[in-house]
Amino acid sequence: MLSLSRDIYEAIVAHAKRDHPDEACGVVAGAEGSDIPSRHVPMINAAGSPTFYEFDSGELLDLYKQMWANDEEPVVIYHSHTATEAYPSRTDIGLANEPGAHYVLVGTRDHGNSPGPVEFRSYRIVDGAVTEEPVELV
Amino acid sequence: MAIEVRIPTILRTFTDGAKSVEAGGTTLNEVIDNLEANHPGIKDRLIDGGDLRRFVNVYVNDEDVRFTGSLETPVGDGDQIVILPAVAGG
Repeated sequence: MLSLSRDIYEAIVAHAKRDHPDEACGVVAGAEGSDIPSRHVPMINAAGSPTFYEFDSGELLDLYKQMWANDEEPVVIYHSHTATEAYPSRTDIGLANEPGAHYVLVGTRDHGNSPGPVEFRSYRIVDGAVTEEPVELV
Repeated sequence: MAIEVRIPTILRTFTDGAKSVEAGGTTLNEVIDNLEANHPGIKDRLIDGGDLRRFVNVYVNDEDVRFTGSLETPVGDGDQIVILPAVAGG
């Protein structure tokens, strides 16, 4: 299960709506081993695309250096799907390289940049196997 | 002094869990061969068809090697190499 604060949930949803129809992406870092997502870091989608996302290479290095300095790890890695279901694509599964992370998918296809509900789903992706898990807002 | 190489979580199965290891060489290519000698199997996760894999980022002293000569990037004692898988998807 993913436990996430309502503030961070709202911030991720706002990011996804803002960037729609391009995919939005980012992480929520947390203390190593805690499984508590506490620091939201929205990232630039260097691909700037409605069907692909990739963290900017320089921003990626900065992010990891900050996390190492803080003894943090990426507890949540999120991105949006803007025209399809909030379920990991084959590309998402093939490129999932943080077996300890919760992979969050936000689906913005129904309301785009406008207010209204989004899909917000969380998965574990380990060795190509996808397992959906409940999301609890705390 | 040697070259410090930061190993990402996904590749620590090759380094007995170590977050960083030491390696030697005068180019990134040599460093990767040196890593392979001590941690067999790791090279295939970094290189495909003689070049760096598309979704693996390598930095020498904070510079993405794609801008500094890729596998031919010169390295020396005291340099720091960071390996990070791209965070990407569709």
